[in-house]
Amino acid sequence: MLDTVSTLRRRWLAMLLIAAWPMAASATLPIQSWQTAAGARVLLIENRDLPMLDVKLEFPAGSAWENGFPAGTASLTNSLVSAGTAHLNEQQVADRLADTGAQVSPSVDEDSASFSLRTLSDPRERDAAVALLAELLSAPAFPDSIVERDRARTVSALKEAETRPETLAERAFAQSVFGSHPYARSSSSASVASITRDHLLGFYAERYRVAGVVLTIVGDIDRAGAEALAERLTAGLPQGRPLPDRLPVVERAIAGAMQVIDHPATQSHILVGAPGMKRGDPDYWPLFVGNYILGGGGFASRLTDEVRQKRGLAYSVYSYFLPRKEDGPFMIGLQTKREQTDEALAVVRQTLERFVGEGPTEAELAAARSNLVGGFPLRVENNRKILDYVSMVGFYGLPLDYIDRFVSNIESVTVEQIRDAFRRRVQTDRLATVVVGGGNGR
Amino acid sequence: MTLKRLLAVACTLVALLPVAAHASLSAGAVETTLDNGLKVIVKPDRRAPVVISQLWYRVGSIDETNGITGISHVLEHMMFKGTPSVPAGEFSRVVAAAGGKENAFTSRDHTVYHQQLAASQLPLVIRLEADRMRNLILDADEFAKEIQVVMEERRWRIEDQPGSLLYEVLLGTALQAHPYRLPVIGYMDDLRHMTIDDVRDWYRRWYAPNNATLVVVGDVEPEQVFALAREHFGPVPAAALPARKPQAEPEQNGIRRVHMSGIAEQPTVTMAWRAPTLTDPAGDWRPYAIDILAGVLNGYPGARLGTSLVREQRIAADVDAYYDGLGRGPSLFMLGGTPADGVSIVRLEQALRDQVARIQKEGVRPEELARVKSQVIAAMVYARDSISHQAKMIGNLESAGVGYRNDALMLERMRAVTAEQVQEVARELFVDERLTIAILDPLPMPANGAATGAPKGPPPGARH
Repeated sequence: MLDTVSTLRRRWLAMLLIAAWPMAASATLPIQSWQTAAGARVLLIENRDLPMLDVKLEFPAGSAWENGFPAGTASLTNSLVSAGTAHLNEQQVADRLADTGAQVSPSVDEDSASFSLRTLSDPRERDAAVALLAELLSAPAFPDSIVERDRARTVSALKEAETRPETLAERAFAQSVFGSHPYARSSSSASVASITRDHLLGFYAERYRVAGVVLTIVGDIDRAGAEALAERLTAGLPQGRPLPDRLPVVERAIAGAMQVIDHPATQSHILVGAPGMKRGDPDYWPLFVGNYILGGGGFASRLTDEVRQKRGLAYSVYSYFLPRKEDGPFMIGLQTKREQTDEALAVVRQTLERFVGEGPTEAELAAARSNLVGGFPLRVENNRKILDYVSMVGFYGLPLDYIDRFVSNIESVTVEQIRDAFRRRVQTDRLATVVVGGGNGR
Repeated sequence: MTLKRLLAVACTLVALLPVAAHASLSAGAVETTLDNGLKVIVKPDRRAPVVISQLWYRVGSIDETNGITGISHVLEHMMFKGTPSVPAGEFSRVVAAAGGKENAFTSRDHTVYHQQLAASQLPLVIRLEADRMRNLILDADEFAKEIQVVMEERRWRIEDQPGSLLYEVLLGTALQAHPYRLPVIGYMDDLRHMTIDDVRDWYRRWYAPNNATLVVVGDVEPEQVFALAREHFGPVPAAALPARKPQAEPEQNGIRRVHMSGIAEQPTVTMAWRAPTLTDPAGDWRPYAIDILAGVLNGYPGARLGTSLVREQRIAADVDAYYDGLGRGPSLFMLGGTPADGVSIVRLEQALRDQVARIQKEGVRPEELARVKSQVIAAMVYARDSISHQAKMIGNLESAGVGYRNDALMLERMRAVTAEQVQEVARELFVDERLTIAILDPLPMPANGAATGAPKGPPPGARH
């Protein structure tokens, strides 16, 4: 707390200079990095501005790694780590956490399972919260009775979700885009109903290994304190590396079919897309900047302009690439009154085909660059954002200067690179299209 | 509770005390009011070279009447449709080109326009906001398209969401006179019949500097922000604002129960009791005690509702407790949940009632009180990590008429709440005469693409 003339602020000034002279690349978001004795990877950003600490552990334990387990195992494992250990029941866990004022948020996606801890940095609260999380992570008991209870709650929530058009659309989309790849998996009420305690114990033992975890620490702590904290949080994890450590490669060429699922909602939910790209992809920057122009830039994007501004066909229309360990989806999404489904879909297709065919204009690229470069400070303006960004860099094995190079990477993208990358990566005649609701006349 | 436990709790609070003193939101904030009535509040936060600017207009659905419901929100959409010097869509393009993120939202009490961007770009957004405060074109053709967008928004947020529709029905039942009964986004039929003249009239009536507050948080010098505000907003004339009538909700003298059918798998129940709104931050005690009460029921991991109904008795799949005593109108205390598979809605309703009856009868334990307060105090520290969160808290306190400078006082008042006060307020609050219950009866997904009228399974309440 003494160092209140923010060191982070000084680094900021350095960063702005970098933005102005991209050649002068040097480390500006100072990530310290090391491995614990047992092999966990640790990333630290010290920031003493506020008396708080954010910590995130990210394991390669997302739903894509569920091979051999029922779909839904990754998510239930992640959420039931906090159900206690042999020595600590669920209520004791909850009460101990509440006493510190700390917050633990579990989260799962296709690639990873994570735990974010936010705590006051005073050693009293911090050490109590860290000790609790360490105990939970090292020996989760997954008690039978709690597994049974939360399995039933999950089944019930999934049955509810299965009445919703957005759920039906997402599942059908994942199926059409990823086929037999693990990224096609969606948990369902039926798959979750078959999960047992042994599945959770087995998945934990295989995937929550110390040499697979990336631990990110941001906030009010020094290096020695962070080293001790890292040992404490990871020493009790199962030893070694998770196996397997590779996912299958995504098959990029898909059949590209149209699927219509009846639903009585007043709006049709429409998803259009294909396999996209992965983290560290050689086409990452052209596709990222290009997508800002196509449908990622809100009101500045072509899709919003054509579908919403010019025609009033939808409240929300967007496109994104979701880069993962392997190729994640490229997706366009919108909702529109069911009677105008065909019209909206035609506008989306024309807009995409034109963009892929012609690429962006120089003016569009200049505007995109201007937003992405000028808006860079907003990506790292607070501890929570830095935590998630740095953790992503660590988890996907990107270079530690990845964030520092964001601006120069954006600035180097050309119109020709965007056109070339979209032509190679988005085959407009082989897109999966899912409509939940109804087409015209339905 | 063991002595050891007591000490642990006491130590936690002691440790937090100095933190709480630093955590005041308003510490370091300064304000000024321009001659035309615009209030400007600036809170420097120099952790990063960014800024958030929020312009709060004191107009929302609370100011609307039947026939034009949703008009504040429609006007919010139209605010992006151009002035003589900034054509339609240009506002968003300019802010984007400056690296900014921007949006707007409308609530019951206010309409807020916000931009977040590099601190050096603040003059740009101040100039643009001042321009559209008085010079909006409100073109009929733009309106014809945008009202379609708003109807799509209503379909997406409300029409196809049984939970949202149920909430609309609940508010319309619990409140019968006060405009908080009206949906912020408006009824579909009112949207269909809205005209550009309605919107022009609304804009002329409410968009004036003396009906607005500018909140700026970030890496800025307050004096420079004041100067910018004077330069750009200064020339906008003040306007005579319409009289605002209180429209106080009459006494409720009996339980109200309403059912709604919608496509869903599970039924849900929401119980809403009429509750006090904070008006005097120093003198009131009930709103603070009710906040703590909500926290005891559901405010931390291990709180009563989750422990008892979800984890131990397994009556509920999910439960919730909600109270917000800040606002320009009447408040409600809400309890709700989804029954566990095979449990009837009647049984869940009874279990929720049993929980509040227990607090009425037995009160709350000291460690429960301590835990709720720990969450509240820690949350005040965590809130400072986000400039947009800070700006929103300042704006909310201003909008509710409480004053952002009272935030530290409010935290103190919250910390001073006793177990006896929580019990007393529970006895006053949870009375059937002031209760409204809304139940969602699930309809099955139709096989042919059209909803059928018959509820699924036995009548609600008969399932077990």
